[in-house]
Amino acid sequence: MRLTCPHCGERDLREFAYKGDALALSRPEANAELQAWHEYLHIRDNPAGPTRELWYHTPCGSWMVAERDTATHAVHRTMTPAEATK
Amino acid sequence: MADLIARPATHGLLPIEIGSVVLEDAQPEAITWIAPYNRKKSAVTRTLGGFPGPGQVVEVKAGRALSVGPGQALILGAPAACDDAAVVDQSDGWTVVALDGAAARDVLARLTPLDLRDSALSENATARTLLGHMTASITRTGPYRYELMVFRSMTQTLIHELTRAMKHVAARARLSGPG
Repeated sequence: MRLTCPHCGERDLREFAYKGDALALSRPEANAELQAWHEYLHIRDNPAGPTRELWYHTPCGSWMVAERDTATHAVHRTMTPAEATK
Repeated sequence: MADLIARPATHGLLPIEIGSVVLEDAQPEAITWIAPYNRKKSAVTRTLGGFPGPGQVVEVKAGRALSVGPGQALILGAPAACDDAAVVDQSDGWTVVALDGAAARDVLARLTPLDLRDSALSENATARTLLGHMTASITRTGPYRYELMVFRSMTQTLIHELTRAMKHVAARARLSGPG
């Protein structure tokens, strides 16, 4: 599998670390319901299909969001978290 | 005060020549990490005489500047200073060696997942990547010459890994050679 680092370009999977669902970028407000915080921290889907994930390019220190498909292993798009949360 | 003699971490370990490849010391006088403050990149570029984009090496007043991450560069050469950027002297933090020879690329190919073909890593291009289990910076400084940087504490591991790969590539060449 190859991923495109927003800074370095296309690189091998071995250079990257998986950091979980990109849901982590959608932090609830500080005064949100307990339920919202519970879901933010603990509840994750396990989809066979399109996902949005956080990845980290270890050698250069860049975070990114990758849109990929767990059923086909296709990587559709990668972007910086700033672009992803715009 | 006593005049201390600076020694690179590779002191007494290099050069090593195996087959067509030589591994040698390439430690510069100083290594300076530079990260321009917000909206100060053009000012920093003017002060330094250049600033590398992703994957680039550019000549600057103090020496050569390598891109090492988003908004960060390492200057190899004379000590560099700049008021518009975060500047850290990392001279003692890195070991720089050069791998030179016709089979240098074959040796590196055994250790790094980086695409080393001319189309992906041309002369004067640089990349942050892995070398064995270490994060490293690889810069192609000639058609058959690469400069490799790792943290100074990993010098012996670097030399061990490279020496092993150099032996394996040389053994392969003997097997497939004439006769």
